[in-house]
This record gives sequence, C-alpha cells and structure tokens, in this order.
Amino acid sequence: MDSRYTRQIQLTDFGPDAQEKLSQSRVLVVGLGGLGLPVLQYLNAMGVGTLGLMDQDRIELHNLQRQVLYSEKDVGKPKLDVAHEKLIGQNSNTAFKLHDSFLVRENAIEIIRDYDVVVDATDNFPTRYLINDACVILNKPFVYGALHGFEGHVSVFNHGAGPTYRCLYPTMPSSEEIPNCNENGVLGVLPGIIGTLQALETVKLISGVGEVLSGQLLVFDGLQQRFAKIGFSTNPKNKEIKNLQDKYHDVDCRVIDSINPEDFQSLREQETIQLIDVRTPQEYQKHHLEEALNVPLDTLEALPKIINPEKEVYFICQSGKRSEMAIRRIQDSYAHIKLVSVVGGMDQIKATCP
Amino acid sequence: MTILLFGITKDIVGSPTLSFPTSSLSGKRMPSTVKELKAYLGKTYPELNKLNALAVAVNNSYADDDHVLNSYDEIALIPPVSGG
Repeated sequence: MDSRYTRQIQLTDFGPDAQEKLSQSRVLVVGLGGLGLPVLQYLNAMGVGTLGLMDQDRIELHNLQRQVLYSEKDVGKPKLDVAHEKLIGQNSNTAFKLHDSFLVRENAIEIIRDYDVVVDATDNFPTRYLINDACVILNKPFVYGALHGFEGHVSVFNHGAGPTYRCLYPTMPSSEEIPNCNENGVLGVLPGIIGTLQALETVKLISGVGEVLSGQLLVFDGLQQRFAKIGFSTNPKNKEIKNLQDKYHDVDCRVIDSINPEDFQSLREQETIQLIDVRTPQEYQKHHLEEALNVPLDTLEALPKIINPEKEVYFICQSGKRSEMAIRRIQDSYAHIKLVSVVGGMDQIKATCP
Repeated sequence: MTILLFGITKDIVGSPTLSFPTSSLSGKRMPSTVKELKAYLGKTYPELNKLNALAVAVNNSYADDDHVLNSYDEIALIPPVSGG
C-alpha cells in the first residue's frame, strides 16, 4: 500500500482493510459546484479508486466565493475540464470518469448503474428527486447535501433498508414554494462544511467504519453553530419505486415574453407603456417607475379592472423573478394579451440608469 | 413549547425560534397536535401555508400531522432546501 495514506492507515479503526475498500470503490459526484468540489478533493486525496465527475456548467465569476478549487483564470471554462485537471494533479492514481452532461431522466439509470455510491451535490430539486428514484431502482445508497443561506442538510439515503429522500419529503416542492440557491444566496464557507461532511459519510459508507448517517437528517445552522439530528423512518412504499417518473423538471416550460432593461428604457422614452409593478406596497412606495401601477403578486385578481386589454402589459419586480411568476400565473386567462416581463427588474433599471 | 425554525420558515417568521407560553394563564389554548400547530402558525404567518413539503420534528424525531404535542416539546420546522 502506498505510503501516502499512512496517516489514515495507522488509525486502528481504519487500517489497511478500509484503505483497500476505498481504492476498490467507485463514486459518482453529481454537480461540480460548492458541495461537489470539497467532496471530490477529499475523496481524491484519501484514495477512492474511481471518481465520476458530472456537470455541464461553465465557471462564472460569482461561483468563486464558494467554489474554492476554481481560480480567476478559469472563469468561462467548463467546470468538468478544470476540476478534472486539478484533481489529476492532486492524485494521479485515481481513475476519473467524465460525464459531460447534466443528470436527466434519459441518462440517470445508465450512468448510476456503474457506481457504488452517488453523492448528490446538485443545486435543484428535480435532480435530487431523480437521483433518489434512480438510486432506489438500482439499490444504491446516496449521500445527500443541500444548502440554504447559513444552513445545510446532510443525510445518507437508501442505505440498505434505510429511508429515502421521499421518506422525508414525499413530493417535490414547487418553484413558488421554495426558492433555489441562485435567488436565495449562500454564505461562501457553508458548502465547504456540508460538502466535507458528505465526503466523511461517503468514506464511512465505503469502508464500513463508524455509523452511517442513515435514518437521520443532520441540520446545521451556521449562525448559531447549532447541529440538530432529526430521526425519521422508512416508508416502505418509497422503497418500491420501479420506474422513473415521466417528468422531473418543471412542467411549465413555456417561454415567457421578456424585454431586456436597455430596450425597456428606450421603449419608455418613446411611448407611454402599460406597466404593472408586482412587488409589495412597501417596496413600491420606496421607489418605483413613474408610470408603474402597483398590483402585488398575491392580488393579481385585481388586474382586469386595471389593464387595457388592447395594449401589451409589462410586468416588473425587484429582480425579474416575481414578474415572471406573475405572468405564469395569469397567462392562461389572458391568452389574447401580450404579457412581457422586464428582465432583471428594478435592480437592473437602477444599474443601467442610475 | 419551543419552535425552532429552519430554512425558509426562519425567513418567513423573521426569527430562528418561537415560543409558546406554557401556562394557561395566557388564556390561549395550546395546539394539541402537529396539525393544529401548523394551522395556528399559518394564521399568524400566512406564507407558511404555502409550504406543502414541510417536515416537522418533535423532540428530534420526524412527526406526522396527528402527532400529539406536550407543553415541554421542542419542535423544529424543517422545509426542504435545494442549494448547492
């Protein structure tokens, strides 16, 4: 055995047997972002034999505050290539398998089949439910990690007879119910903490050392330095999944008409437009565009009394998210009117026209 | 009764914890089940009613709607989170 692993082999509770198990194991890490990178760096350092890397995103500047493997010169490059190159430099004995795609219904079973353990390091619900269902079908355990602001979740699902993600959250929340990371933000160090805990659980799963976090959800609150462990049990129904669902990603994929802030500004200069501001009355009072009428998102039923159906209607909010949501909610009832969302919302208007 | 708030429930309520006065002197009846507690909180914080996928833990164990509550219970509201 390589001397590079001496420091962990010399642990009585780990030893050469556990090291050998690591070197024989195959782990797929789905997502090369804030969670996936620390998982990969530690599993690679510790001598996991085969690592699967999967992502199709490119590195963006706003990734760097939490995705600490990437450098400024990597911005614009594919995450898959950059992560691969750096991980080879870290441990040339590892066999890397590169999956230049996102995990989708069509490839999930085929890809996951070849691995012993899956690490869920994704940033969205549809992929998390897809990983769950595919792992249940293939009888593979998966190590789950997820973030929200200053908080994180860790658990190991589908470990033997243990519970699954659906035993905790039976159905996928709608995009209106729970925001995703992009809108909600995350403190840079959080994924480092949660991803490292995922790496630890992965090593325990493979080596058989210690007690795997199965049937328990670890909830970490970074602001209070508070860890809570919530016990939950298996709902046998959730272990009986035989096929993937027909759809995982948002059913409503219709394209919404939108206008970028620059075009919107020049349009405003040319004509009087019909503009609805869907933010709260408080936000509206603080600052709004002159011609905007305030119809908060939860009072959209008031719209018919206000708008002129002969003209197109523009929707604006703070960031562009709620204006889009407003159009999704009403577009069926207003099929004859052109509804347009202002991309980037008031944030962008301020930025382009200070 | 103490209620710990995580994820978006904390953002909605605007605080990491809530507590119910245990004494009957307050004149308010304590919610006796998880379901009643959800309904009670939903009245004060209507945004919570939107959360269909909310996990509730009582004394560190997952609890369903029928779970009976005691005045000394520690409750946690744990919505799913998606960020990575």
